[in-house]
Amino acid sequence: MTRSSSRWIVQRLAQLALVLWVIATILFLIFRLMPGNPLVAFIDPNFTAEQQRALIHQFGLDLPLWQQYLIFLKESVTGNLGQSFFYKAPVSQLVWETLPNTLILTLGSVIIAFLIGTVAGAFLAWKRGTAAEAAGISVVVALRAAPEFWVGMILLAVFSFSLRWFPSSGTASPGVHYASLGAQLVSVDFLRHLALPLVTFVLYLQGLPLLLMRSNMLDVMEEEFVVMARMKGLPEARILLRHAARNALLPVATAFALVIGYSLSGDVVVENVFSWPGLGRLLVKAVSSKDYPLAQGAFLVIAALAILMNLLADLVYTWLDPRVSYAKR
Amino acid sequence: MGAVSRPRPSLLPAGSAGRGRPARWGALWAVLQHDRFAFAGICIYACFLLVALLAPWLAPYDPQQTILRGDELMAARPPGGGFLLGTTNVGRDIFSQLVFGARPALTVGFVAAFFVVLIGTVAGIVAGYSGGWPDTVLMRLADVAFGIPFLPFVIVLVAFLGASLWNIVLAMALLLWKDTARVVRAQVLTLRERGFVESARVLGASPARIMVVHIAPNVLPIALLYGSLAIGWAILTEAAVSFLGFGDSAQISWGFMLQDAYISQALSVGAYNWFVPPGVCIMLLVMAGYFISRGYEELLFPRLRRQ
Repeated sequence: MTRSSSRWIVQRLAQLALVLWVIATILFLIFRLMPGNPLVAFIDPNFTAEQQRALIHQFGLDLPLWQQYLIFLKESVTGNLGQSFFYKAPVSQLVWETLPNTLILTLGSVIIAFLIGTVAGAFLAWKRGTAAEAAGISVVVALRAAPEFWVGMILLAVFSFSLRWFPSSGTASPGVHYASLGAQLVSVDFLRHLALPLVTFVLYLQGLPLLLMRSNMLDVMEEEFVVMARMKGLPEARILLRHAARNALLPVATAFALVIGYSLSGDVVVENVFSWPGLGRLLVKAVSSKDYPLAQGAFLVIAALAILMNLLADLVYTWLDPRVSYAKR
Repeated sequence: MGAVSRPRPSLLPAGSAGRGRPARWGALWAVLQHDRFAFAGICIYACFLLVALLAPWLAPYDPQQTILRGDELMAARPPGGGFLLGTTNVGRDIFSQLVFGARPALTVGFVAAFFVVLIGTVAGIVAGYSGGWPDTVLMRLADVAFGIPFLPFVIVLVAFLGASLWNIVLAMALLLWKDTARVVRAQVLTLRERGFVESARVLGASPARIMVVHIAPNVLPIALLYGSLAIGWAILTEAAVSFLGFGDSAQISWGFMLQDAYISQALSVGAYNWFVPPGVCIMLLVMAGYFISRGYEELLFPRLRRQ
């Protein structure tokens, strides 16, 4: 790694830390300045007087706002996100337990959506002007426009409740426990639970890479080196894969960051349709049961995740396309 | 073909209609004739707008009313027998709910898109034209807005401010302006160096006047393009928020209908007549937005037309 690239990464990290800090501050203000007594929001009325005093002291809820803010920042940085009212457990522990489920679902879906999207996009570009292309584009646009939770509901009604091919909720059948994350990932039971949420998510995400790949391919196919390859009499498949597709791929890689950004919004909805125990479901449950510390913690972790994934996508892109110099970005 | 879509009508070469605005409308009409998709999109919007306006006359029942026939509650009826799409599990007419659901969808869509365009355009023009610290501040704000996960933010905000359509609109306005602002800013950076802006500056026009009179009309088309996409986003967001149970329960929306169906076990009893139609309506409306923005894009960037 060169000096300029490591400096770029440090700069990027500093920028991300700044954004995260601003988000945490906004969150702090939303939660403290909302109508009503902040004590009510952060201390479960069912706690004993002693517990309440301990928590008030720990979060400094009896202090002026700026001191509370400093305490909040310190506690957040050290990973102490408070105590959930509803689950009577530390927020950080609850978040930590659900994080792998969200990562598996989101990353799995994004990767599969991009694989399918690029291949199908190249195929549709190749089939340009045919009835197959028109039909394919219509389906893709319709899927992009359909609310993902509604697609999930239809899949659930057909494949789970009517045909009984897949379970309707959760990550495991009753009584099933996994020894490790690895064992969970290869277990048939887990994959059967994952299937419907994953398909719903992929159908929602595939549109952008697909349409982008298609239009890039159409652009590239008109360029001189492709015409040249054609004149040399190379087989069509070889021109398509070796010459056109490779060059059409780069902008698709740029879109990766964009998709990861909005995939976390989609994740919240998909997790709730299929009762998938991830961060999105945790957030919605927390907000609807007025479990403020949990809502705050879950939101903060989702935001951090979005920001980290963006950084990752940026790194992948610079690695794919060395022409993008670190200094310029 | 190419010249008519230039952003500034008065810069049109002589002969291509001269007065400018009529030429732009003419080009719009040409694209509509040529692009069946954009035409279909406008037709879909017009239909839904009509349904929303005429809802009280089109809907056979009050959408909240539980319907009794004699002493019998008309619950979970299949389509037919006076109920075009059947009834819900507590005996409400699904078709009437669907008709009234067009109102919140269109309201949220248009109001949110209006604010997204307004805030995005103002921020983009100010950042691009003045440069310096306003630019830095606004673009860093855009970075923050980019880093905040959209739907989770809407949920948290709506949960605290109360469930209402206007709070959903507020949350969208707070986060979605960033895309419009970035594109508008990029456009302004090139406009700033153009001759007509330069001459206005030399003639002593104030920065405010230049921004309002000379720059704003030129970035409006591209801002409206983002606005037409924001309509779809807003409708989908309202549906998702209502589905998750944070919607305005006093108002029947398509998202609310889907949530109602979901929690009332409509999926396990296979009541497709209940949960399929609202999704189709959302899909049609969002697709219409895509179609229109596609036609609009062709109007702005004529090079696309050959594809």
